[in-house]
Amino acid sequence: MNFKTMSLISAVALALPTLGMADADDDTLVINEEIEMTTKAAAPAHLDGALGDKVMSGWHFRSDETQAMEMDDFDNPGMLGVEDGEVIWNTVEGSEGKSCASCHGESSEMAGVKATYPKWNDGAEEVRTLQMQVNDCRVNQMGAEAYGYDKGGALPLEALLSSVSRGMPVNVAIDGPAQSTWEQGKDIYYTRFGQLNLSCANCHEDNYGNMIRADHLSQGQVNGFPTYRLKNTKLNGSHSRFKGCIRDTRAATFNPGSPEFVALELYVTSRGNGLSVEGPSVRN
Amino acid sequence: MADGVKPRVKAPKKAAAGDVVTLKTLISHKMESGQRKGSDGNLIPRSIINRFTCEFNGKSVIDVTLEAAISTNPYFEFEATVPEAGDFKFTWYDDDGSVYDETKSVAIG
Ligand code: HEC
Ligand code: HEC
Repeated sequence: MNFKTMSLISAVALALPTLGMADADDDTLVINEEIEMTTKAAAPAHLDGALGDKVMSGWHFRSDETQAMEMDDFDNPGMLGVEDGEVIWNTVEGSEGKSCASCHGESSEMAGVKATYPKWNDGAEEVRTLQMQVNDCRVNQMGAEAYGYDKGGALPLEALLSSVSRGMPVNVAIDGPAQSTWEQGKDIYYTRFGQLNLSCANCHEDNYGNMIRADHLSQGQVNGFPTYRLKNTKLNGSHSRFKGCIRDTRAATFNPGSPEFVALELYVTSRGNGLSVEGPSVRN
Repeated sequence: MADGVKPRVKAPKKAAAGDVVTLKTLISHKMESGQRKGSDGNLIPRSIINRFTCEFNGKSVIDVTLEAAISTNPYFEFEATVPEAGDFKFTWYDDDGSVYDETKSVAIG
């Protein structure tokens, strides 16, 4: 533990100011020789030039070998999670005797939904992440128990819903009733945390393309979530990733599913409006 | 049988006689090394796939011994010559005695 945080301090102190740009590469991502992915897109207007003129998927910052794993579903271990999600989709659970499929039909009917989440829900008057919406269906439609955030069936189902939207542009609404949540997320993004006193922007905006120790810093986009990480060989949710990133600044952090992370997810997602939905992606 | 074990194979359905084809296999398996301790401080017993074989019409294509350092969901990609129409048979052997197999037929044409 100590070793990790200590070496992070030295990495931040030494590596960031000195190393030159190892830019994102120019490879193109086509999945199964079929789905053409937009991995670089015109930066959304709200960024006001903060990321230059382009936003880029984290895929561009990974090694060729890791990139290749995402180009064929057979090679992408995240697709094992999608298969698990498909089983859950068709499994009857809860007091109402229903499965997701009983109401929604084939999982492919959900194509396009992931691209619009997190999304304002009128009835509940809240911004909902996809996991919150799924839990709402489980509790109020199926009479089943809610999943813990990033736990149990939540990530397999999110991976399934993401996989059927792959290639479609991320397009979350940030105006209207969602605006105040979005502003809250933006505040968090630019807040410096922890003993290292770093904000998300210090790493993912000011230093993307640079190396931080052995890791190639990306723009910290969430279009590829859930991600299968080689590091822990499982699907990872975006909130768990946020938690890890904040913890690395030696700060106490928010929990997955907390209002802060819901707001942050909306904001970070909107920074990638225009990129393809890519989950389940492969990262290191 | 360990939980969630499922073999998968990707092989071409057709080849010309004498063609070299690429085979991809993956088995979902936790590959518990036997070196890790659980939250109770005790060693988690080893549970891995320890052998993987591929045969074509009964003749060995590869025969692999797997060790405990191999990570979750072992993946193998290899090539084989297809001399005639027939079946590739893939077999995985689990520490707990379970055997999983999968067969893929290849036609000539
Ligand atoms: C009894 C019927 C029923 C069941 C069962 C059900 N849902 Fe729903 N689901 C709905 C309804 C109705 C809505 C629209 C609710 C709303 O807009 O507030 C909805 C909305 C959704 C949405 C959002 C769609 C959008 O366009 O924003 C998702 C995603 C979803 N459900 C996933 C699931 C999953 C996953 C399961 C299984 C765990 C499930 N649902 C089970 C009825 C159901
Ligand atoms: C000390 C630097 C640092 C800070 C501060 C930091 N991150 Fe990260 N983050 C990383 C590194 C290193 C990675 C792994 C390489 C990469 O994708 O950039 C990463 C990865 C990510 C990813 C995964 C990207 C992908 O393509 O899978 C997301 C999302 C992310 N960070 C979001 C955030 C958010 C949101 C914050 C603020 C709460 C934050 N990070 C703060 C260093 C940082």
